Amino acid sequence: MITLENNSLEFRFPEVHEAARCSIDFQQTLRIPDDGLDYPLPPGMGRFPLRHLDDYARRAPRDWLRRGGVLMPMHQAEAMWISFGSGSYPFAVKIAAGKTCALTGDAWANHLNTDPQDYLVIPEQPWLDGFCVAKGIVRQFVAMPLGEGYSAEEQLTGAGEHGGLQIIAYPMKAERYEDLRSEAVVAYAPILSEPLDDAAMGLAPGGRMRQEIYEDDYGLDAWDQRHASRCFVTIANSTQWLALTGERPPTEPPTARDYTGAGLPWFDYYGGDLEALAETEKMRGLVSVAQLGAQKSQTPLPDNESVDAANVVTLRAASATQVREMPVGGV
Amino acid sequence: MTRFGEAATATRQRLRETDRRYSLRQVARRIGVEPSYLSKVERGQVAPPSEATTVRLARELGQDPDVFLAMAGKVSRDLQDVICKRPALFAELIRQLKDAPDHAILHIVREVRDGDW
Repeated sequence: MITLENNSLEFRFPEVHEAARCSIDFQQTLRIPDDGLDYPLPPGMGRFPLRHLDDYARRAPRDWLRRGGVLMPMHQAEAMWISFGSGSYPFAVKIAAGKTCALTGDAWANHLNTDPQDYLVIPEQPWLDGFCVAKGIVRQFVAMPLGEGYSAEEQLTGAGEHGGLQIIAYPMKAERYEDLRSEAVVAYAPILSEPLDDAAMGLAPGGRMRQEIYEDDYGLDAWDQRHASRCFVTIANSTQWLALTGERPPTEPPTARDYTGAGLPWFDYYGGDLEALAETEKMRGLVSVAQLGAQKSQTPLPDNESVDAANVVTLRAASATQVREMPVGGV
Repeated sequence: MTRFGEAATATRQRLRETDRRYSLRQVARRIGVEPSYLSKVERGQVAPPSEATTVRLARELGQDPDVFLAMAGKVSRDLQDVICKRPALFAELIRQLKDAPDHAILHIVREVRDGDW
């Protein structure tokens, strides 16, 4: 089952194991420059708000309601990263944008694949910041309206039909988890006078950053594919969010330039000896928003100047106290 | 020592074993109180801090703010607002569920609905 608690999706599988629970939330962050350079990881600036779509059933577009799930606001060209929380119970998690896998570029499937691996493993993988476009490199998740060709979904399928984010989580088989434990191997929603515009937002590939997506060390057989919970996260633009929920969306984060100019830290993550996944042919062909904008003689990303991210804090696996956040006081 | 003070002390000291940033002084500075005050809170010599400070302390120590507030004998403002909107309904609901096992309570927690996609 999935519940919504403090703007976080909480996945629980009490029918599998009492410890089988994990959480997924979506972090506001600054948009890294889309300039062909490789950047460190940007900070987290708080969770995006999430609401049950069903709470807005009278006003939400019919297609949105059909999908169920939750609603999240993003400004156009705003960036986001996904944070995974789990105690020690391992999960296999698939993430798609516009029903296109963020790791492989393949169409959505309600099962796990290993060749190529189309899921990530938590808690080993603490975050996902974008589309895996090369081994150890992702292109940042950036919100763009569907219909303009920038989203990964449109680039890979030729159509902007779904948008949003899709998630499915599989717990590890209980017996496998108990084996692991015994071996001590685990170390670590205003009234509208007019119909709401139903143009959805999708996620497009932005700037490059260094982030490894780790190979599954447990193997496909470790995952309990009889038990899974999935969720469609509809991304509303700021106008749609305000119209539906009556709430103002979060303010836009500072620019990479302002953040870096204030001397604030960027981050790097060291996951130990885990092997990184290579990109797939499909993902290698993704074109970034800025590149595509240049081809169309458009400037879809404001404030896209390169920055010198020299202040980098390295975070290590298995440290419970480290945080990837903008320091208090911020910009 | 109060239950709240015991929990705060135990959690902070456990973190302190592997990370120096969890000294009394540094934690106090990060949550915006004087070290001497945090020390008194931990030892139960003063009443638990305000809701805002309790929430900051819980987050700083990686704990659930609602659990820390409950140990401090408080209910968060957002929960109070929820209850005050429909007080009779929620009071009855809570009384009905007071002895229910966790799994039964989880059954009535609202699930995120999965649709057709």
